[in-house]
Amino acid sequence: MRPGQFIGRGVFFVHHCPVGEKAKPMPQNVFAPWTDPQAKPLIRFENVTKRFGDFTAVDDLSVDIYEREFFALLGPSGCGKTTMMRMLAGFETPTSGTIMLDGKDISPVPPNKRSVNMMFQSYALFPHLTVYDNIAFGLKRDKLPAEQIDARVKEMLRLVQIERFAQRKPDQISGGQRQRVALARSLAKAPKLLLLDEPLSALDKKLRQDTQFELMDIQEKTGTTFVIVTHDQEEAMTVASRVAVMNFGKLIQVDTPTQIYEAPNSAYVADFIGDVNIIEGNATVDGERVLISWAEGQPDIIGTPAQPVAPGRVSFVIRPEKIAISSEKPTDRRNAVHGKVLDIAYLGNMSTYHVEMPDGTVIKATAANQRRRDSLPYTWEDPVWLSWTDTAGVVLAE
Amino acid sequence: MRRLSWFNATSLTLGFAFLYIPMLVVIIYSFNESRLVTVWSGFSTKWYGELLRNEAFLDAAWVTLQVGFFSSLLATVLGTMGAYVLVRGGRFYGRTLFSGMMYAPLVMPEVITGLSLLLLFISINLDRGIVTIVLAHATFSMCYVSVVVSSRLVSFDRSVEEAALDLGCTPFEAFRLVTLPIIAPAVISGWLLALTLSLDDLVIASFVAGPSATTLPIKVFSSIRLGVSPEINALSTILIVIVTIGTITASLSTKRALVRKQRAERMAEQSA
Repeated sequence: MRPGQFIGRGVFFVHHCPVGEKAKPMPQNVFAPWTDPQAKPLIRFENVTKRFGDFTAVDDLSVDIYEREFFALLGPSGCGKTTMMRMLAGFETPTSGTIMLDGKDISPVPPNKRSVNMMFQSYALFPHLTVYDNIAFGLKRDKLPAEQIDARVKEMLRLVQIERFAQRKPDQISGGQRQRVALARSLAKAPKLLLLDEPLSALDKKLRQDTQFELMDIQEKTGTTFVIVTHDQEEAMTVASRVAVMNFGKLIQVDTPTQIYEAPNSAYVADFIGDVNIIEGNATVDGERVLISWAEGQPDIIGTPAQPVAPGRVSFVIRPEKIAISSEKPTDRRNAVHGKVLDIAYLGNMSTYHVEMPDGTVIKATAANQRRRDSLPYTWEDPVWLSWTDTAGVVLAE
Repeated sequence: MRRLSWFNATSLTLGFAFLYIPMLVVIIYSFNESRLVTVWSGFSTKWYGELLRNEAFLDAAWVTLQVGFFSSLLATVLGTMGAYVLVRGGRFYGRTLFSGMMYAPLVMPEVITGLSLLLLFISINLDRGIVTIVLAHATFSMCYVSVVVSSRLVSFDRSVEEAALDLGCTPFEAFRLVTLPIIAPAVISGWLLALTLSLDDLVIASFVAGPSATTLPIKVFSSIRLGVSPEINALSTILIVIVTIGTITASLSTKRALVRKQRAERMAEQSA
């Protein structure tokens, strides 16, 4: 179950990828079709709104998803991510707007006629059928010849490594194996698009992490476009080529995991993904830099906004690991504040220090624990300096 | 095994005596030699022989079986369809009213059900006989089927049906290939319930039965009015035996299913 275990095994179907297209050199070496204005999206949401009675689950939302992408919809429960997925599967129809798959409006197409398959959160395996028959179920509906079905089912069993359990019923295998059966079943028909609804939420943490790598591996091997719904930000960051952060039926930011983490476009995204310090203040613009006055008697924070900001109220957003902690005032960094250690969260590999400023603001800074715990460099009530570079944080206009 | 306290032992004895002494009396007297039901004159199985030669009873038994078979079949199909629509049909207009009306016949006095059916059959000029009893029994027993089936439908994961649609089933195929096999145990127990209800119904059947068709309960009841005959005792004993065998079989098969489930769980644990 380690990542990379599949390498060198058999032949895998590669779908919807004509040879000519494959041979064409990509504009860059990295996979980033969303940066290519020529690229045609596989899925296009155009001003899609979905209302249930008074409740607006999805609010005038537009987004493009490209072939071979691993696209994650991330957000708290009730943010509309599951509704988006169910609209792609055909279980819900948009109240207004259109959803295009391969350039065709799919709103009138019922779920059983769409080249879209879904892996359900509960796995939704058929309890009265064996693992083999579960995987063969969709292929039989297509009335394929028996030997073709058999070959495909065996290939799927191999892909997810559950050959041993082919003749068992779903209640005779473990949760992790059920998850594999569900994945194999949804991939068996070689859909253009595979939807994964919180696919790993029922697994324990260790198995979940292993399975994330395996999912990426399978996605790469089959060349299928994956759309995953999750509320687990780590999972989204690990598996996805792009992450869409949602809230209240709207997309807040759609970007690569790195961009989402390093350049969040709003305090909401910054706060949702990972740990963060958000400091509010008044900005004055000084060329490329901005000076943020944030507390009486404290030096202004010097920040570098990605987009020019107007003077006025701003949020300065900085990750704890970008802040260095020291007992002496650093000389090489212009941003330095003085405070005392209020709390220490010891996480083993690193510690997070909560440092209180004289005005009561608490700033978190993390440091790797390079030494054993007995000799941690700082303890409660110690006066310390926190410092960061001009470009370490993000300046967001309010 | 723990010994029962004297209090528990007494209440157990009293309770079971209360339940089973009447039946025991019937069974014992079915082997009575004498024609007088209350006077014991020696062991004999002759009333069983008499019973088998009694054409009227045999005819009534045959009618009862036919009615039971067809009415329970009809009730199962209609009750399952009704349950499916009420549980899966979403929130259509008037759904609460319909589900209330579905269960109302459960609490309706049988006399009223019987009378209203009789009036209906007379007004549409349907000759009273097996057909009318079948229709009447199907009418009241389909509610029971519907209750049993809908409780199963409510408890099973909707996404299993969605998965079937997602994998290319039409809605009807999804029902036939996925929903029906999963709810089959509930459908079967609903069917058995409908069959039982039909076999022992007296009130409704006596309203809608005609001279051409008499069910066993009606026959027994009318012959009691002429005095209890030992033949009735023999018949009752046979019925008690059949019911006992049925109950034991059912509980054994439930137990076997439980054992199988536990074995499956063990297999799942070992394979993890």
